[in-house]
Amino acid sequence: MSTRNSFVSKGVDWTIVTLYAILVGIGILCIFMVEYRSGTNWLQLFLGGKTNYSKQLIFAGFCTLIATFILLADSKLFTAFANLTYAFGILLMLATFVIGKDIKGSRSWISLGGGFNLQPAELCKIFAALALAKYMSMQNLDFTKKRSQLIAVGIVLLPAILSRLQHETGLALVYLSFFIAMYREGLPAEILIIGISFGALVVATLTVDPNTLAITLTLIAAILIYILRRQIKRNSKLLMMIVATWAICVGIQRFAVPYIFNNVFECYQSQRIYSAVGKDYDCSQNKHNKSEIAAGAKASFKPDDYNVRQSKIAIGSGGFSGRGFLKGTQTRGKYVPEQHTDFIFTSLGEAFGFVGCAIFLLLYLFLLFRIVNIAERQRSTFSRVYAYSVASIIFFHITVNVCMTIGLFPIIGIALPLISYGGSSLLTFTVLIFILLRLDADRQMVLR
Amino acid sequence: MSVFNQSRSRVVQIIFLLIFVVILIQLINLQIFSSKYKLAAENNAIYRKIVYPDRGIIFDRKKKAMLENTISYDLVVTPIESKGTDTLSLCTLLNIDTVEYKRRMRDIVFKYTAVKPSVFEGLLSQELYAKLYENMYKFPGFNLTDRSVRTYPFNTGAQVLGYIAEVDTSFLRRHKDDGYEMGDYAGMNGLERTYEKVLMGERGIKRFIRDNRSRIQGAYENGMFDTSAVAGRNLYTSVDVEVQQLAEKLLANKIGSAVAINPKTGGIIAMVSSPNYNPNDLTGSARKKNLGRMLLDTARPMFNRAIKGQYPPGSTFKPLGAVIALDEGVITPNYGYPCYGYYSNCGVVVKCEHKNAGHSGSLRLALANSCNSYFSQVFRMAIDNPEYHNPTLGYLKWKDYMNKFGMGTTLDVDLPSENKASVPDTAVYNKAYGRNRWNSCTILTLGIGQDKMTATPIQLANMMCIIANKGYYYTPHFVDSIEHEQLDDTLYLAKYRKKHSVIHTSDTVFRAVHEGMHDVTVYGTASAIKVPGIEYCAKTGTAQNPHGKNHSLFVCFAPKDDPKIAVAVIVENAGFGATWAGPIGAFIMEKYLNDTIAADRLSEVERISKADLIPSAIKDWYVKKENQRQAKLIIEAEAAKAEMNSESKQNNIDEEDNSEKIPIGTEKNKEQLEMILPDNKNIKPVLPQNKKDSSKKKNTNTTTALLIDETKKWFVKKTKA
Repeated sequence: MSTRNSFVSKGVDWTIVTLYAILVGIGILCIFMVEYRSGTNWLQLFLGGKTNYSKQLIFAGFCTLIATFILLADSKLFTAFANLTYAFGILLMLATFVIGKDIKGSRSWISLGGGFNLQPAELCKIFAALALAKYMSMQNLDFTKKRSQLIAVGIVLLPAILSRLQHETGLALVYLSFFIAMYREGLPAEILIIGISFGALVVATLTVDPNTLAITLTLIAAILIYILRRQIKRNSKLLMMIVATWAICVGIQRFAVPYIFNNVFECYQSQRIYSAVGKDYDCSQNKHNKSEIAAGAKASFKPDDYNVRQSKIAIGSGGFSGRGFLKGTQTRGKYVPEQHTDFIFTSLGEAFGFVGCAIFLLLYLFLLFRIVNIAERQRSTFSRVYAYSVASIIFFHITVNVCMTIGLFPIIGIALPLISYGGSSLLTFTVLIFILLRLDADRQMVLR
Repeated sequence: MSVFNQSRSRVVQIIFLLIFVVILIQLINLQIFSSKYKLAAENNAIYRKIVYPDRGIIFDRKKKAMLENTISYDLVVTPIESKGTDTLSLCTLLNIDTVEYKRRMRDIVFKYTAVKPSVFEGLLSQELYAKLYENMYKFPGFNLTDRSVRTYPFNTGAQVLGYIAEVDTSFLRRHKDDGYEMGDYAGMNGLERTYEKVLMGERGIKRFIRDNRSRIQGAYENGMFDTSAVAGRNLYTSVDVEVQQLAEKLLANKIGSAVAINPKTGGIIAMVSSPNYNPNDLTGSARKKNLGRMLLDTARPMFNRAIKGQYPPGSTFKPLGAVIALDEGVITPNYGYPCYGYYSNCGVVVKCEHKNAGHSGSLRLALANSCNSYFSQVFRMAIDNPEYHNPTLGYLKWKDYMNKFGMGTTLDVDLPSENKASVPDTAVYNKAYGRNRWNSCTILTLGIGQDKMTATPIQLANMMCIIANKGYYYTPHFVDSIEHEQLDDTLYLAKYRKKHSVIHTSDTVFRAVHEGMHDVTVYGTASAIKVPGIEYCAKTGTAQNPHGKNHSLFVCFAPKDDPKIAVAVIVENAGFGATWAGPIGAFIMEKYLNDTIAADRLSEVERISKADLIPSAIKDWYVKKENQRQAKLIIEAEAAKAEMNSESKQNNIDEEDNSEKIPIGTEKNKEQLEMILPDNKNIKPVLPQNKKDSSKKKNTNTTTALLIDETKKWFVKKTKA
């Protein structure tokens, strides 16, 4: 047994395993804080297995088992089955449109019987990461070519589009994180820059008065033309480009963003995005809402910022050093909705304050940097791309989830990795991380 | 390729780092620099339950409780939990209809939100409480909570004690820092108001953690920050409940006031203002109705005439006029003035009751005979005092004396909103007659307590105290001591424990006044009024006033040689001072000094108590009010009947037709009546047809139509006016 163990543990990065264990432990404590009621015999409840924290502990145990299996597996298995599992995942996602089960308004679940439900989109993260790694590590691939870039983007965006069609916007957005991995492999930086600029423009559209923004944009264009007047004289294309960029920006700001908010997004989504920047969204402009009114449904005009407000109150009330373990009034009063899943960070913020949050976030940062380090020491492209994908997914989850609780991002249902309550979320991250560890353990091998 | 893009791993790491820095900055912003979230969290999650202490008790001088606390119950509802309530049976129990139920629920939700328990029906009667208690299981979301309310075992001293009532928004605005909340009760008048801080005690606060639906989760920090309630402290007053009761009885069916003060301490023994009300009327469930009725009552039972009523003092002022003149040195006790039945030195004639020579041969005689000429002359001498060269200066000196005696200034008694009545300023006369164009003659009748001079009963009683004490007084007050007196209380009560020396004239001066006032009771105007076994000093007054019949006034103190009580009595529009006010004053003194009323005099007490001296104008007002009420009731009954009829007839009668045939009971008429009714309040009650009304009073239930005509007539009358 011992020889076997030493074989399994050989080359495994124990730093990450330790971080993993610490984070899962913190997660269970956080769920305990949320569930705890003074005066109840928590030990009995804990052993009874009826509460969320004991369930999470059971999930954690199950995940340990899975992790052990993964570590025991041959790393060639992952390269071999990468494309197959991807195809399987896409098939499952397509299947949900037929046999999907409706949970909380999204038809993205497949019932497995026995009270267990599977969300293929969640699993697809792993499959997409593997498939992307597989594609990128093809021997004859030249990633500088547009064609191969497009195929890579396609691999990533297919499950994203399917997720969006299942009304799982949060999950769909997660697939955007693969762009970081692709950037590392040579995707032109312009795409990231344009993407970030576009994001900035959208935020500016929401926060700044439309006319002011239009004038500002025009001024920037004019100043640019003035500064570059010499170059323009030589190259008239530059002028055309500046004017075109200006036109696109103003077009987005004036027409595209309002159109998207009023016609593409559901009313609640627009409200959430607006409330993230601290504004109210008038639902009467929304197309979906109008059709609802026409259908006789009651129109709601209440600004939907309850969640963000309560979440900010909970985190803000923690202060510098927090209220102490189990002493958070907001947590005990259940003021924050979905506090054991998406808003788990609030319980941490309230109980341990800024110090606790900072330490917690540093743990995460350490984990991410560690994964990036691991990625860079890989010999095979497959392992590296996969490692970057894992880092990107985790990073994206942390960013969106934490930003959402502190009011920097609109509310979308994205879990905090390894912390939030939920079996499938925990399992997904476990699998992601331990496949990486398995690959890393075999980093001397060249995997294709 | 990996070598080619190696630098990008740094970029990725920098992106990670940047985002974390942004998050940390926002966290610093939220957790360290925004205190509002902490506050919001407290407001969210900490429910502060106020534990009400018992209010302090007010005792009389013999330690009898003038008011006590009992428990009353409120029916409280938490609207959000009230689903599934048996509304119908609740409405039947409370005797309201479902429309009213819904209206109240809506109001509560609107005012106090749906998740907070709020009073649905306050101050339940014992019977109703018992019924509700049995049926509580049918009404989820409803609860019976107890509340401490006042009862008044002696049914007395309503205006003095004041009442407690739920605080309103303006009260909350005025007492922002005192920690009141909507739904709290606070003293609104009388001693309850003045000593609110003492009586209310300290409210305890229990902190609970509540969840997002306002359900209590448990004590906050195990009750570490909880404070316990401290009961209100008791007040020990100088009031004698039995004297107070007797005084109230004597003044029943009259409009007027009586104040009795212990001159040695300034402690008020009794203070009555009539018409009065039963203090218990303002505690129970009928509180709102009674309060509304009393506030609209033209005789103003809520108005404490003892400290707010302004009356011309008439002859009761004469002893004071004499003291001032004596102190100024313009007369001596031996000063005499030849009066032949009138005073005509100023052109106008001031009549005197006596003609016989020598009835004003000395101060003592003049006081005993209440000689108008004498005191007019004395007043003129004071004003024209050669020391001041000028009547204005002379008058100012005289006014200064008056103010020192507490006339024309507030005495600062421990009741709210005391009136200072009036001793006119020179500006008043300057305005009326022109600067320096008035003199002692112009204001001559001030000398006999008329002209523009007014005084409140308590000022008159205080004046008696000063005369009885031969020159000093203590500020009249009710509260002698406060239980567990603290520094604040001592500081507040200090003004009632300070001896105010007004003048330092020789004993002989006051002795002359005392003798004169004693003579009043021996052979003067009050010779018919006796107090068994007590020699007392008094002065009657019959004050002319612009509002009708003369006011009957009486001031006195007793016993003559060692004054223990000083009394002032005023009965409005009752004629001679000796007829009504005199006996009332005498009985008050007798009760206080002898502790009982002599058996043979009890019938006299009954006679006075029953004597109805309320001016006819006010009586007419009552009659009319009653008629209107009856008419309204009948109209409502008819309306209900008509509604039922029209429903059963399926509205086959044309509406116009309907209103013509049945002039009452239609919406139109109701509106008309409502339009008329409030208007009537403004009509002067003395209307010729009211005589008819009062005769009709016995059979008010005759016909509605007639009454309607009557109201219309009033309406017409009003528009003409």
